[in-house]
Amino acid sequence: MWTFFHKLASPKYFYDISGRLLPWFGAATLLLMLAGLYQGLLVAPADYQQGESYRIMFIHVPAAWMSMFVYMVMAGAGIIGLVWKIKLADVVAASCAPLGASFTFLALVTGSLWGKPMWGAWWVWDARLTSELILLFLYLGYIALQSAIDDTRTAARASTVLALVGVVNIPIIHYSVVWWNTLHQGATVTKMGAPSIATSMLIPLLLMALAFKVYFFTVVLLRARNEVLKRESGSGWVKDVLMH
Amino acid sequence: MPNLALACTALLRRDLTLALRHRGEMANPLLFFVLVVSLFPLGLGPESHTLQTIAPGVIWVAALLAALLSLEGIFRSDFEDGSLEQLLLSPHPAALLVLTKVIAHWLVSGLPLILVAPLLGVLLHLPQAAMGALLATLTLGTPVLSLIGAIGVALTVGLRRGGVLLSLLVLPLYVPVLIFASSAVSDAGIGLAITAQLYFLGALLALALTLAPLAAAAALRISVS
Repeated sequence: MWTFFHKLASPKYFYDISGRLLPWFGAATLLLMLAGLYQGLLVAPADYQQGESYRIMFIHVPAAWMSMFVYMVMAGAGIIGLVWKIKLADVVAASCAPLGASFTFLALVTGSLWGKPMWGAWWVWDARLTSELILLFLYLGYIALQSAIDDTRTAARASTVLALVGVVNIPIIHYSVVWWNTLHQGATVTKMGAPSIATSMLIPLLLMALAFKVYFFTVVLLRARNEVLKRESGSGWVKDVLMH
Repeated sequence: MPNLALACTALLRRDLTLALRHRGEMANPLLFFVLVVSLFPLGLGPESHTLQTIAPGVIWVAALLAALLSLEGIFRSDFEDGSLEQLLLSPHPAALLVLTKVIAHWLVSGLPLILVAPLLGVLLHLPQAAMGALLATLTLGTPVLSLIGAIGVALTVGLRRGGVLLSLLVLPLYVPVLIFASSAVSDAGIGLAITAQLYFLGALLALALTLAPLAAAAALRISVS
């Protein structure tokens, strides 16, 4: 089993294996996304309070979940790269960052669109929206640091240190924002009702969450393959790949 | 075995001497702090009630920005003249040397902010009751700003245009300090207890004191290599 991981860490094998996996991931993304959207937009009933507009939840909530998940993947891959000096892990970490930032941005935009009919304003300083915003800043800082350093190896190590500092800080920031929100605003902002949610709404939500996750892995593989080709452009196997 | 305490005191004395010989640079962030705060009454109008409500936030945001401005000084000149490399090559743990440098930096940049802050409080009609809270939060909070900032500087010190990048990296991490500190000052102004906020700030300080030097030392090794 370990030999598999060792092999996987070499860019050439990774390129081969990921190339074989990609069609499956792509198909799974498509299927899950279609099923989730069908269930969410057509099958699930309208909410008795929010009407049809709640359906943006099926994009918003998975995007928000992904924004945290991607940061963890990014930091995890960074640690693997930093500790075991696996170049491929650096590639994966670097490929995660723009995706994570996009998910965070998507969560913010859909949250704002949802907020307009619900709260009557495009933006409210809701605790969760605010901590998403700060998470977006953390992603942008990570990307900026990575692109500011020319040497890829140094860039990967430096940005991993930043990601680790972020991992320690994200819970602190999140809870301090929650606390700040309750202090300044009181409980006027309606949260998403009780934690109980109808099964007919839960199924599409979980389907969409799964679809987002598989989509993320698909795109990370695509991006990582590209990055591997770029970084290994001097080696023989890349020339072989490009010739065919 | 070279003495660690000796090395740290020597480093502290060196950094303080260097700072004292460049008094102008030391004064600039302080002037910036006073200037930013005095811009707010000009922008918002001189009504004492408005000023009183915004005073805690304004003073703290200005302190945050002033701290940010002075951050580069922690490692920049040492990086340029090569003494940073010598520091990292020394047999002593780099994290402790980094901590010493951060303390020296806080003494010349954070401490003056604390001393000037009551004056700014008076300018913005901050209630008498909140003055103690302002000093307490600044005392607990500004070291955290220096410690977290040191990580950011350590990451960007090798880059030619680190300045704007540094603010992008560091400011999101300053959010908890800002939240707890300014809410403590506001609460003290209306006579509420502020022990909770002070405990949180103390916890943040303890966390930053223990972890930030390690992260900054790791970042420095990456930047210097």
